Amino acid sequence: MQKKATRDAYGQALVELGRKYDNIVVLDADLSKSTKTEHFAKEFPERFFQMGIAEQDMMATAAGLAFSGKVAFASTFAIFATGRAFEQIRNSICYPAVSVKICATHAGLTVGEDGGSHQSVEDIAIMRAVPNMTVIVPADGVSTEKALTAIYEHEGPVYLRLGRPAVPVIYDEDYEFKIGKATKLKEGQDAAIIATGIMVSLAIDAARMLKEEGLSVQVWDMSTIKPLDIEAVKIAAKTGAIVTAEEHSVIGGLGGAVAEALAKNSPCHMGFVGVEDTFGESGTPAELMEKYNLTAESIKSKVRETISKKSSC
Amino acid sequence: MTDNEVEIMDDKKIEELSEIARQSRVWIIKSLTESKSGHPGGSLSSCDILTYLYFHAMNVDPQNPHDPDRDRLILSKGHCAPALYTSLALKGFFPKEDLLSLRKLGSKLQGHPDARKVPGVDASTGSLGQGLSIANGIALAGKLDGKDYTVYSIIGDGETEEGQIWEAAMTAVHYQLDNVIAFLDYNHLQIDGRIEDVKSNGNFANRFKSFGWHVIEIDGHDLHAIDEAVRAAKREKEAPTMIIAHTIKGKGVKFMEGIADWHGKAPSKDQALEAIQLLGEKWEGN
Ligand SMILES: Cc1ncc(C[n+]2csc(CCOP(=O)(O)OP(=O)(O)O)c2C)c(N)n1
Ligand SMILES: [Mg+2]
Repeated sequence: MQKKATRDAYGQALVELGRKYDNIVVLDADLSKSTKTEHFAKEFPERFFQMGIAEQDMMATAAGLAFSGKVAFASTFAIFATGRAFEQIRNSICYPAVSVKICATHAGLTVGEDGGSHQSVEDIAIMRAVPNMTVIVPADGVSTEKALTAIYEHEGPVYLRLGRPAVPVIYDEDYEFKIGKATKLKEGQDAAIIATGIMVSLAIDAARMLKEEGLSVQVWDMSTIKPLDIEAVKIAAKTGAIVTAEEHSVIGGLGGAVAEALAKNSPCHMGFVGVEDTFGESGTPAELMEKYNLTAESIKSKVRETISKKSSC
Repeated sequence: MTDNEVEIMDDKKIEELSEIARQSRVWIIKSLTESKSGHPGGSLSSCDILTYLYFHAMNVDPQNPHDPDRDRLILSKGHCAPALYTSLALKGFFPKEDLLSLRKLGSKLQGHPDARKVPGVDASTGSLGQGLSIANGIALAGKLDGKDYTVYSIIGDGETEEGQIWEAAMTAVHYQLDNVIAFLDYNHLQIDGRIEDVKSNGNFANRFKSFGWHVIEIDGHDLHAIDEAVRAAKREKEAPTMIIAHTIKGKGVKFMEGIADWHGKAPSKDQALEAIQLLGEKWEGN
């Protein structure tokens, strides 16, 4: 199976986009080698602004560039973007609704060996709570590339959540990305898995295993967390059992967003696969995904558990 | 003379600006009294600088507030919005009467400047420490686009306790943003008292100089001195300029001058009448 890190796809797509549109500028905070903005920096040095280890300054400077007609892509690790510079994102970017695209890499546990201090498990929750913010979590390299064009065209702030390790490529080049539109990857009647980011390919695996066990399970890629695709959630709810899967805290992320939509529109049984209100730790990405139950196996058992609730009422 | 040079300022002009500054102070008091809340002290200390900028130095057109070639002003100490709003209204960006809607439900004149709501406001501020970075961003865009506009910014002396000010100070020097001209409103007061007591600030001039800024120290209420400083800043190539403006918080309203308590409370109706009288006018109220 072909694999690619979403941050690599981002770095390459950014260069392509830079060739097309000369109002694109890129900022980074001494992590351009890791966030992959280095490629853009190499090709367009005059449009790349190295801000040093100063995330707050970076976000507000990006706002200034955006106030002047630029589309500013600002990159650093997810933990520093949404943690250190939260208030700059809120007040200097989202409040005036300027076109700053926060493309944060190294999100979630798959940062790996750097450990808990570097593993953002709350960034989706933080970013989606801010008015005017759009939150996108691509599942693979192809969708990252497609999403990048969409977020360039979208007016206003965007948070794009990217990962460190290489992950399976799910989509082919015909895939069309639309902000606010989920993609149904598998049909099914017994339950629906709504996944985001790197959990999407695990959700597909889980559905395949469940099929062998006689259960037909829908799979959705919820690539936009905000605005959430309510129609997709309603369709999924018709199965009577929804399981969300995310490489993020079970508090306030995809699971929270889906639960809010369900409570308002079409309540149904729900299960959450995610990080259980805890910090991460050092380890390889694979070890951490295993230890924190972010696996196809755990999605599978959560689906079974949720389906069993259906029959009990 | 290029587009971005400042006209010579003769005595007549100084007189004219002093009168506008006086009227601005009256409107600042009126609007704060109407809103029953807000920040008089720092608004009055920045008033002469803002008057000078909007009525002499800045190339702005109230009919075309989004002109990409215009000069910008980022009021980093956004709580002094009443002073900015007053300059904008007197300049013609919106009717003076609107100033009386300050801080009221549904008003475009929010407690802190909202760039989406007010024509002429170049960035939304209010959370201290962020404005200088925004100014840098606009200045970077100006360089990139080959435009010769100037980005002015006003920061508070207390505000420099925010670390981001110093991050931005490094950025402006690193990118040689000679199109940034910042004012430090050195009124020696913040909310909890004298800045020297709240947190020792050392020597501002030396600090900014050591960061690589071109530094000028002036009396921030002397229009002629402000003019000289801006001219010198415009002659400076390759470095941003910090004009350290020695000011008096509450300037122009004797009973507010130098009193920390007048940082963030509105005058009562009686106090307002007295203040306006001190400013050489009468206000019947509404
Ligand atoms: C980040 C942040 N912290 C706290 C405040 C609350 N606050 C508003 S004004 C002020 C004091 C500002 O003092 P200074 O910068 O000296 O302004 P000036 O004296 O010109 O009014 C504070 C702490 C704020 N607006 N932003
Ligand atoms: Mg002060």
